[in-house]
Amino acid sequence: MSATATFTLDGRAIAFNEGQTILQAAVAAGAYIPHLCFHPDFKPHGSCKVCTVRVNGRHAASCTTRAAPGAVVESDTPAINDERRALVQMLFVEGNHFCPSCEKSGNCKLQATACDLGMVSPHFDHFYPDRPVDASHPELLLDFNRCILCSLCVRASRDVDRKNAFALSGRGIRTRLIVNSRTGRLADSDVTAADKAVHVCPVGVILAKRRGFEVPLGQRVFDLKPISAMADPSAALERAAARGRGPGPRGGGT
Amino acid sequence: MTYGYETAEHPERLRRVAIDPLSRVEGHGKVTILLDADDKVRQVRLHVVEFRGFERFIQGRPYWEVPVMVQRLCGICPVSHHLAASKAMDAIVGAARLTPTAEKVRRLMHYGQMLQSHALHFFHLCSPDLLFGFGSEAARRNIVGVAAAHPETARRGVLLRRFGQEVIRVTAGRRIHGTGSVPGGVNKPVERAERDALLAQVYDILSWSRSAVELVKKLHGQDPALYNSFGVFRSNMMSLVAPDGGLDFYDGRLRARDDAGQILFDQVDYREYGSRIREEVKPWSYMKFPFLAALGAEKGWYKVGPLARVQNCDHIPTPLADAERREFVDYAGGSPIHAPLAYHWARMIEMLHAAETIKDLLHDDDILGEDLVRTGERAREGIGVIEAPRGTLIHHYRVDDDDLVTMCNLIVSTTHNNQAMNEAIRHVAKRYLSGHRLTEGLLNHIEVAIRAFDPCLSCATHALGQMALEVSLVGPGGEELDRLARHEDGAVGRPAP
Repeated sequence: MSATATFTLDGRAIAFNEGQTILQAAVAAGAYIPHLCFHPDFKPHGSCKVCTVRVNGRHAASCTTRAAPGAVVESDTPAINDERRALVQMLFVEGNHFCPSCEKSGNCKLQATACDLGMVSPHFDHFYPDRPVDASHPELLLDFNRCILCSLCVRASRDVDRKNAFALSGRGIRTRLIVNSRTGRLADSDVTAADKAVHVCPVGVILAKRRGFEVPLGQRVFDLKPISAMADPSAALERAAARGRGPGPRGGGT
Repeated sequence: MTYGYETAEHPERLRRVAIDPLSRVEGHGKVTILLDADDKVRQVRLHVVEFRGFERFIQGRPYWEVPVMVQRLCGICPVSHHLAASKAMDAIVGAARLTPTAEKVRRLMHYGQMLQSHALHFFHLCSPDLLFGFGSEAARRNIVGVAAAHPETARRGVLLRRFGQEVIRVTAGRRIHGTGSVPGGVNKPVERAERDALLAQVYDILSWSRSAVELVKKLHGQDPALYNSFGVFRSNMMSLVAPDGGLDFYDGRLRARDDAGQILFDQVDYREYGSRIREEVKPWSYMKFPFLAALGAEKGWYKVGPLARVQNCDHIPTPLADAERREFVDYAGGSPIHAPLAYHWARMIEMLHAAETIKDLLHDDDILGEDLVRTGERAREGIGVIEAPRGTLIHHYRVDDDDLVTMCNLIVSTTHNNQAMNEAIRHVAKRYLSGHRLTEGLLNHIEVAIRAFDPCLSCATHALGQMALEVSLVGPGGEELDRLARHEDGAVGRPAP
């Protein structure tokens, strides 16, 4: 279907196809709206709220709001970015995010988004949750400390890999990522390093084992460009991974 | 070999003076001095009062994260921890030998660190005492004061350090807390343009390093009585040496000498450190007290670092530094120098050696190579030992079949020097403080003795779970209602009434 109409994003005209959400149209047009739980390959989830914009004066998650002709969308404003920064700060304190020793540093969308939003401290008190890692799988490590509950692995495993290996369990503040296996351990699931699910994590939860810090400082994805200079950072991360220069298991998944 | 003064008989009758915090050292520590009614010194202790806990929280983490995580122990010589942990992880991944590029890039990183750390210690932290006098005006005893009075000395100190940091940046990716070394090798070679930029500066660095040795010799020569006697004590010495007995900061085997310079053991595989070194815990410090197992706690304590290394080795494998080593050894007339202030002299000889080695490595095209990592048969245990700026650094890990760390033991340089530093300050307290009315300048003498060892107190606190503790329950009127004690063996109970 050809582009039939436009809306404005911070004053810039964005063409869209019927049925596209604001964020999908923005990504297609090369315009950046901060986001974490959105991935162009998957049905929007609308949970992280980092992509919240003002549409004709009302707050809405841009990943789940349909683009409408003539809509006035505000995204990069001090007020909205303040709210996004608070959301990201809450994600940091709800988990255990030790960027200095995390191999996903420089390739992490949470970290890059926080930097881009000018987050200089977590602001809120840390929860310090007790989340043991699952190192049972011979090729993959699950570090739940870094999970932001974006559900991308859940969607990828269900919709692409057809394995339904991951799920979000519990409610509210007790929501957590689990593995759908008899024992709850990754080793007892049928997940493999080639699965799409292990390549879509925006943070450092699902990692290839025995490969850390292979990409030198200065050459990581977000060392080269700030996340706001990429309309689709997921694609940039997956391209880097395919070249063996990025976060996920080498060469697979995309 | 000890001066006593560790524990006074009736501390409740004595007056307490504390130097808290110690200044111009890395980390947080304090010294307490107990004096009697005549101002005579009765007890002197160096306490390390901060707690880190790295050995505990590294447990359960994947092994490939360790070299990056543990370097956060320190901001002055993180490369030491980065490389010692990497060497331990080389064993875990079965990399018995590294590629020439990996070995040389790591060496370059380490010698860059040795240069910057020694420059920082001598020029920024210690030169104010040495140039102005131990009891000089406190407001002037800092690098800003040195810059005002001796601008060229201060400038060279700053630039020497900056060059060392730049060597670290091009090898590790960042001046502080880089990621260049990975299990089995390195993640990048040196870029040719960056190599050329360093080469353009390295001859100035060599020249300034020679001048630094001359400066410290001049200071020593101006007041040999002070420099040879201040805080002096005799002790054993330990360091790594190369297979040919030469000085080597990156790798080697353990050698120890007694206080007369006789070899106690030599060419010991450092993986046997556990049978050669024991550690004692004392109730008043978070820092353990290591000793040579064969000699016992009373006689087996030792010193590490530049003064031990320069006298422990048979030669230094670069010509300028080796000539300086010979002059240093000749100065003592055949017996070891034990004076703490001679650490500065030895440290500047090491800085010159680091500069020479960096120059040689920059001329070696292996550092530009692309063959970066080796792996082999996986092991469950890895031990990495390195000579850090402050002395021998031991990292020991066990890793389970799921790739997670199950045990971590770190014995850092400053811990080896714990008893040595305590002896030095006891000697200084006895000689300079005892019987005198205490002044800031006199108390600085204590700090001068500690600084000579270049302690890194933040790295050195590892007695988790072994500290003897007492907890008192005190009523609203100040009366003690109950008391519980945990003893050094871990047993908890009420002390005998």
